[in-house]
Amino acid sequence: MTDAVIGRDDTEGMSYLSTLPRRLVTLYLPLSIIMIVLLFPFYWMTITAVKPKEHLLDLNAHNPFWTLSPTLSHIEELLFKTDYPLWLWNTMFIAVSATALSLVASVFAAYAITRIRYRGAQWIGGSIFLAYLVPPSILFIPLATVVFEYGLFDTPFALILTYPTILIPFSTWLLMGYFKTIPYELEECALIDGATRWQILIRIILPLAVPGLISAGIFCLTLCWNEFIYALTFINSTEKKTVPVAIVTAFTDGDQYRWGSLMAGALVGSLPLVVLYAFFVEHYVSAMTGAVKE
Amino acid sequence: MNRTKASSWEQLRNNRNWLGFWFMLPAMAFLVLFLVYPLGLGIWLSFTDARIGDPGKFVGLENYEWIMGDSKFQTAVFFTLLYTFVASVFKFGIGLYLALLLNQSMPFKAMIRAVILIPFIVPTVLSAIAFWWIFDPQFSVISWSLRQLGWIDGNINFLGDAWNARWSVIFANVWRGVPFIAITLLAGLQTLPPSLYEAATLDGATRWQMFRHVTYPLLTPIIAVVMTFSVLFTFTDFQLIKVLTNGGPAGATELMATMSYNTAILGSRIGEGSAVSTAMVPFLLAAIMFSWFGLQRRKWQQGEDND
Repeated sequence: MTDAVIGRDDTEGMSYLSTLPRRLVTLYLPLSIIMIVLLFPFYWMTITAVKPKEHLLDLNAHNPFWTLSPTLSHIEELLFKTDYPLWLWNTMFIAVSATALSLVASVFAAYAITRIRYRGAQWIGGSIFLAYLVPPSILFIPLATVVFEYGLFDTPFALILTYPTILIPFSTWLLMGYFKTIPYELEECALIDGATRWQILIRIILPLAVPGLISAGIFCLTLCWNEFIYALTFINSTEKKTVPVAIVTAFTDGDQYRWGSLMAGALVGSLPLVVLYAFFVEHYVSAMTGAVKE
Repeated sequence: MNRTKASSWEQLRNNRNWLGFWFMLPAMAFLVLFLVYPLGLGIWLSFTDARIGDPGKFVGLENYEWIMGDSKFQTAVFFTLLYTFVASVFKFGIGLYLALLLNQSMPFKAMIRAVILIPFIVPTVLSAIAFWWIFDPQFSVISWSLRQLGWIDGNINFLGDAWNARWSVIFANVWRGVPFIAITLLAGLQTLPPSLYEAATLDGATRWQMFRHVTYPLLTPIIAVVMTFSVLFTFTDFQLIKVLTNGGPAGATELMATMSYNTAILGSRIGEGSAVSTAMVPFLLAAIMFSWFGLQRRKWQQGEDND
């Protein structure tokens, strides 16, 4: 009561209590150290990708932290002398297809669990959460034999059909959270007006859940792009590989690592995701935290 | 005749349970075919002597007996537990600290928060490649900088020495995991009511007391869930090790996941490899139980009927 400033703004909190030197030591200094450590590998990746070859292997003659003669030769070599564009295309194609399949399946499942409330819906919802916790590393061996049995080995479908097992539990769980926030009254009105469940889903629920769909979609894309163990196990031919798998095998001829191309490949492979992320930061954060908070 | 047909079709379309079934069908088909079935198949395979191209026959506990007696497996279990424990402790400590820092008001807050998440967005394999180069035995920038400062004479052999390699991969894992924990805990922090802090300030609480008695207890449910995820994914990690050390030097950084890959896929001994990966299940169940009780506590704190 004595000080009106206290209740002024919750984002300000009580930071007015700290002086600038204090904030410098307790906030800005540790924050900058953490940020430098978190970002340095990307800086290093970028600078390595544009340095001429001879500078890479001679740290004493040229300051390694900077380069005065940036070159695009590594990126050029990557794009025109290797299968890199093909790998990029494979990754994109597989990620988009798997995401689309998963979103469709998840929308139906999430709607059924939250709104149709059939017998056992709660139980199914819980087991979907458990499915989220089954990691690919304990599934890939039996899945490899399954993929082989179904005749999918070494085809993109091996990945397009297995990735949804990672994505569906996550996006169903996330969409359930969104669907729960949509008022029942809207649906009741539509039911009275004679709409079917299908019409309700398409005309009412989906338009209202668009932010949730975007969150789930971009998070699924990121997970697919990131996936490694299935892609490593189920795909054999070089021209069918995805970027993460191809890159670790392609630029290591014997003992000679082509660091410039390797870094350029890592950089170019990360860029699409970083650009996507830049446009949808808030959706990413809500996808990440949504799944945890539910 | 026609009428009964129509009504049974009506029933299939409109009965709540049947409708639920049709809506669940696509998701369930995926999960049963590619998750539940392989999960069971993996446990079955661990009791057989299957090879690549040979379904094998039932051999009882032979695979488990073999891996239990294998010193490689013992090293892998030891390092998996060490890796999970040390990395999780550091990820939690730094993640919580970073979340508390980010929760304060500062200029460019949204941008800083967005930038912090980048290590989580970039595919693990691609950032692992950057670490591979940073940890290079000859051209490591860390060795070079320390040499310039005169702190060391020779290059550090980051990935060639057993314990150096272990700490290096743990560092890379912490680096990759901190943003996720920091941002999710930050989201939790932002839901805490400011009035509690005002009340604590009026009561003369210090910063530490506010953290210990207000922030921490209210954040516990989210911490429980986030850490369960973190422990789960660290325990089953594969990518980072595969790229950085491939289990080397001499199996020092082999995790259970990489060992099962090397045994089953590269060594073609599917039975033994499945036994190694099935051996991870008890640990995962323990982590899931932990999550379950974390969630229970959340319900209890927020009242019974929150959904």
